[in-house]
Amino acid sequence: MLGRTLREVSVALKRGQVTPTELCQKCLALIKKTKFLNAYITVSEEAALKQAEASEKRYKKGQSLGDLDGIPVAVKDNFSTTGIETTCASNMLKGYVPPYNATVVQKLLDQGALLMGKTNLDEFAMGSGSTDGVFGPVKNPWSYSKQYREKRKQKPRDENDSDWLITGGSSGGSAAAVSAFTCFAALGSDTGGSTRNPAAHCGLIGFKPSYGLVSRHGLIPLVNSMDVPGILTRCVDDTAIVLGVLAGHDPKDSTTVQGPVNSFLLPSLTDVSKLCIGIPKEYLVPELSPEVRSLWSKAADLFDSEGAKVKEVSLPHTCYSIVCYHVLCTSEVASNMARFDGLEYGHRCDIDISTEAMYATTRREGFNDVVRGRILSGNFFLLKENYEDYFIKAQKVRRLIANDFVNVFNSGVDVLLTPTTLREAVPYLEFIQEDNRTRSAQDDIFTQAVNMAGLPAVNIPVALSRQGLPIGLQFIGPAFCDQQLLTVAKWFEQQVQFPVIQLEELMDDCSSVLANEKLASVSLKQQ
Amino acid sequence: MAVPTLRCGFSGSRWTFALVDRGCRHRTVATFNWIRGQSSVAQQPLHTAQKPRKGAQEWAAVVGLEIHAQISSNSKLFSGAEVRFAAPPNSLVSFFDASLPGTLPVLNRRCVEAAVMTGLALNCHINQKSLFDRKHYFYADLPAGYQITQQRLPIAVNGNLAYSICVGKQQREITKTVRVKQIQLEQDSGKSLHDDLRSQTLVDLNRAGVGLLEVVLEPDLSCGEEAATVVRELQLILQALGTSQANMAEGQLRVDANVSVHHPGEPLGVRTEVKNLNSIRFLAKAIDYEIQRQISELENGGEILNETRSFDYKLGCTVPMRDKEGKQDYRFMPEPNLPPLLLYDSTSLPAGADPQQVIDIDRIRETLPELPSETRARLVQQYGMLPEHSFTLLNEVGLLEFFQNVIKETRAEPKKVVSWVLNTFLGYLKQQNLAVSESPVPPSALAELLDLLHTRAISSAAAKQVFEELWKSPGKPPAQIVSEKQLGLLQDREALEELCRATLDGHPQVVRDVKGGNPRAINKLIGLVRKATQGRAEPALIKQILEKQLSSPAP
Repeated sequence: MLGRTLREVSVALKRGQVTPTELCQKCLALIKKTKFLNAYITVSEEAALKQAEASEKRYKKGQSLGDLDGIPVAVKDNFSTTGIETTCASNMLKGYVPPYNATVVQKLLDQGALLMGKTNLDEFAMGSGSTDGVFGPVKNPWSYSKQYREKRKQKPRDENDSDWLITGGSSGGSAAAVSAFTCFAALGSDTGGSTRNPAAHCGLIGFKPSYGLVSRHGLIPLVNSMDVPGILTRCVDDTAIVLGVLAGHDPKDSTTVQGPVNSFLLPSLTDVSKLCIGIPKEYLVPELSPEVRSLWSKAADLFDSEGAKVKEVSLPHTCYSIVCYHVLCTSEVASNMARFDGLEYGHRCDIDISTEAMYATTRREGFNDVVRGRILSGNFFLLKENYEDYFIKAQKVRRLIANDFVNVFNSGVDVLLTPTTLREAVPYLEFIQEDNRTRSAQDDIFTQAVNMAGLPAVNIPVALSRQGLPIGLQFIGPAFCDQQLLTVAKWFEQQVQFPVIQLEELMDDCSSVLANEKLASVSLKQQ
Repeated sequence: MAVPTLRCGFSGSRWTFALVDRGCRHRTVATFNWIRGQSSVAQQPLHTAQKPRKGAQEWAAVVGLEIHAQISSNSKLFSGAEVRFAAPPNSLVSFFDASLPGTLPVLNRRCVEAAVMTGLALNCHINQKSLFDRKHYFYADLPAGYQITQQRLPIAVNGNLAYSICVGKQQREITKTVRVKQIQLEQDSGKSLHDDLRSQTLVDLNRAGVGLLEVVLEPDLSCGEEAATVVRELQLILQALGTSQANMAEGQLRVDANVSVHHPGEPLGVRTEVKNLNSIRFLAKAIDYEIQRQISELENGGEILNETRSFDYKLGCTVPMRDKEGKQDYRFMPEPNLPPLLLYDSTSLPAGADPQQVIDIDRIRETLPELPSETRARLVQQYGMLPEHSFTLLNEVGLLEFFQNVIKETRAEPKKVVSWVLNTFLGYLKQQNLAVSESPVPPSALAELLDLLHTRAISSAAAKQVFEELWKSPGKPPAQIVSEKQLGLLQDREALEELCRATLDGHPQVVRDVKGGNPRAINKLIGLVRKATQGRAEPALIKQILEKQLSSPAP
C-alpha cells in the first residue's frame, strides 16, 4: 500500500481498503526503520496519529475532505508549523516553535492531510546536496536500492556503508521521505532548483510552480523574489492534486496573483503533434554527463517521433545566469538573515557585554560557514559603493534572462526540455570534495534561471543510469501555464515508465510492505 | 523583552536630500505671536543669524526639516496589529511586527490613502507608481534588521506648504512657502528603554511597524520660528485631514532639523542634524540655539562637524549624540515581498476595476476636507474677523470648534463672539493653564450669556461678572446667576431717576463743574450712578437722565 501513488491510496481510503490510522502507523514505522537516511529532523508522531484519528472519523461518517484526507505528507523544515519545531537545519532556530502555520501547511491540514514530520535540508536551504545542515547529511534511498546495489556488487568495494549517495538539495529530506515511501507527497522549497535537483537524484517528480501561484507565507525565506514552495511526489497526477490544493491567492502574501485558480486535474494527452518542444542549445554544456545527454536527446526524439515539433532554441544570456543568481541570492540572504539577532526568537549566546557583542556572537554561533559567507558577500554587493556595479547590474541581467524565456515562448514553443542535473547522484565522499559554493554553482546550472524568470518547471525521472541511479529531465513552461506543463510532463511520464525503486535490501521484507494489498500483518523488522 | 545595553546611540539618520544653494538670504526679524502658550517663543526677538558685528560679514542660516507623522490608522502599515497609544508593552505585536521568520508584509490601504491625502493637501505630485525599499541597520527595536521605507520612488513628491508669519513692529503678516521634497510611507520602529543600572535594554514593539508619513522639506527655512510655524501649520493640516493626530507629546509627530550657516552668496556650510525635538517650542529653541552655536564656533575659528546633535531641553542647548560608528551604510535594497504600489486617477483607472482593489487619486481629492488656510479665509470672510484672530482660533486646540458652537447658539454679533472667545474666554484658560476641552464653561453657557448681553438684559460689566461666576460654579445657567446676583439691567426708570437725583445731590461740586462749562465732568457722575447700580444700568440711559436733570431747575 505504501508503494502506491497518492491518487491510488486516496481511492483505497475512500473504499475503506485501508484506514488513515493504519496508513499513518505504517508510515511512522517506516520512518523509524529508515531513520538512518536522516530524512526527517522532527517526526510529529503524536500529532499525525491524532490527525489520522480525526480523518478516520470523517471517513466513517462519509465526510471525507477530499483527495488528501488521511494522506501522510512531509514538509521541509523551513515551513513554519504551529507547535512543531522549525529549525531550517540551523543552530540559529533550534528549539524555535512557530506560533503559526505556513499557508501551504495550513491548506494541507485543512484538506485532512497527515503531517508526518519536518524534513532535513541544507542550513536555511543553502546548498545542493542536503549535506550542510546542522543535523547532518541526508542519505539517498537509492543508495540502498536493489537496482544500485546489484550494479555495485559487480565491483564490490565498500561494505561499511560509506559509499552512500547524496540526495541533492536543498530539499533532500523531502525527496528521501517520498522516495523511501514514508509519505505520499512532500513539500520542498525551490529557490534555484532545490526541489527539482533532489527529485532528479531520487527519481521523483519535483515541481516548481510559477512564482506567485503558491503562497510563500510561512516559508522561511532564502530569496524572496525567487522562492516558491515545491512539490515532491511519485507521479505527475499526484503533483497536480497537491498543486490544486496549494495554488491560489493568499492575502498574507502580496506576491500571489489575484483571481480564481483553475483546477489542475490533468487530461491524458493522446496526441502531441500540436506541441512544440524547445531544446535550448546553451544547456548543452561540456560538463553534462554523456548518459544524461543521451537521455535528453532520446527524449527529444520521442517527442519528435510522436509528431511533436522539436526545435533548437536559444537562451542567449544563460551563461551569465549563475553569476547573476549568486549576486541577487546573497544580497537577499544578507537582508533576510538580518532578523536573526537572538532577540525575539531562536538562538541567543551568553555574551551580554553589549547588544552588539551579543548580536555578533549569536550570529557566529547560530549560522554555519555557508550562511555566513553568503551574508558577507551579500552585504558587500549592497554597499552603496558597490550597489550599481553588482546588484543593479544583476537585476538587469535577470531581466535579460527572463526575456530570453519570454522570447522563446513567444516564438511558438510550448515547453522547453532540458536536463535537470549534470549527472546522477554522487557519493557523499565525492560530493564533499568541493565546497558548497562551487557545488551550488554547478548543480543549479540548469535550474536557477527558471527561478529568476518565475516560470514553472518540473523534473521528470526518465531512466536509470548504468549505475542504476535515476536520471531526470526538466520541462519548463511559460509563466502560469503550470497545468499545460504538467499535462505534457504526464504524457512523457507515461511514455518513459520510470522503474519503481526497489528497497528490498534496505528493508528485509519491504516487498511485503510495498506490495501487500491487504496490509494485514506487515511487520517492519530491523535490518 | 530585555537585551544587553546598547553601547552606542543610534543615529537613525534618514536625511538624504542635498542642500540647495539658495544664494543670498536675508533674515527678517520676526516675532511669533500666533501660537499662544508658546510664550518663550512669542514676543521674543529671535537669536537671528543676522547680527553682524562691526567689520564682520553677516550670516545666513539654512534650515531643513524632516518630519515623521504617525498615520492615524486602526492597524499598522504592514500588519493587522492594532495601533494604540500607551497600551501595555508588547501587547500590540503581530507575528510580522516581531519579524517571525516567514511572515510577509501586507500593505494597509488606509495608510496609502492617508499618504495620498496628505500629498494632495501639500500640493504634491502623486506618483502613480511607487516602490518600497529595505533600509538595513541593527538595532534592538528594529526586529527585522531593516525598515521598510520608500527610498527610490516615494508616493508623493514636489509639493509646497504656505505659512504666514508676522514681521516687524506692525506685526505685518507675510506669507511664505516651503517646498516639500517628498512624502514617503515607512514603518516606525519599536521603543528601547535603557536601564543603565542593570545594564539592560527593554524593548517595546507596540510601535514597531506603525505607519509613518515622512515629510521631507527642502531647506527653505532660516530660523527656529519659521520652522515652528511650518510644523504647526503641517500639524493643523494633518489634523484637519485626519491622517495623523500629530500630537508631538505622544510622539505622533517627530521633527528632525538640519541646520547650517553660511555667508550669503557663499556655498552652504556644513550641516548638523538636530534630533529629540518633542515640542514646537523646543524645536524653535533648538534651531535658534544651533544657529547661534554654529556662528560662534565659526567666528572663533572653529569648524562645524557633520554630526547628529540632540536637544537637551533642560539645559536649552544641543549636544552631540554618541555616534560611535559614524555614517552608516544602510545597504538599501528593493523590498521583494511588496509589488510596486500602483495608484490610479480617473484617466488611468482600468475599466471595471474593483474599487476595493484600487486607489483612485481623484476620488480622494474630492473628499479632501477644508484645509486650515481655507478655514481661516472663510472665518475672515464670514465673520469679518482679523486674520490674526483666525490664526488664534485654529492654533488653539479645540478653540475653533468652541467658537463655532457659540456662534451657532447665540444671536450676538460674530465680532462680539470673537472678542469674548479670544479675550475673555481664552484669557481665563491661559491664566489657569487649561486646554479648551478642560474649560468649566461650555459653549452653550457662553452663548446664553452673550444672548443676555445682546438683548440688553445685562450690561457688559455685569456680563463679565456673570462669566466670572460661570467659571467658578460650572453648570449654573447664566440667567440664574443674573437673578441671584441681581445683575439685570435696572428696568425701573423712576428708580434710576431717583438714584441720579441722589447722586447729583450728593456731589454738588461735580454738578458745579458741569454747569461751569466742563461737559466731561458728567462722566464722573455717570460713573458714580453706575457704581450705585452695581453696573446694572446702561451708561447711555444714565447720561440721558442726568443731562435732563441737570438742565432742569432743582425742585
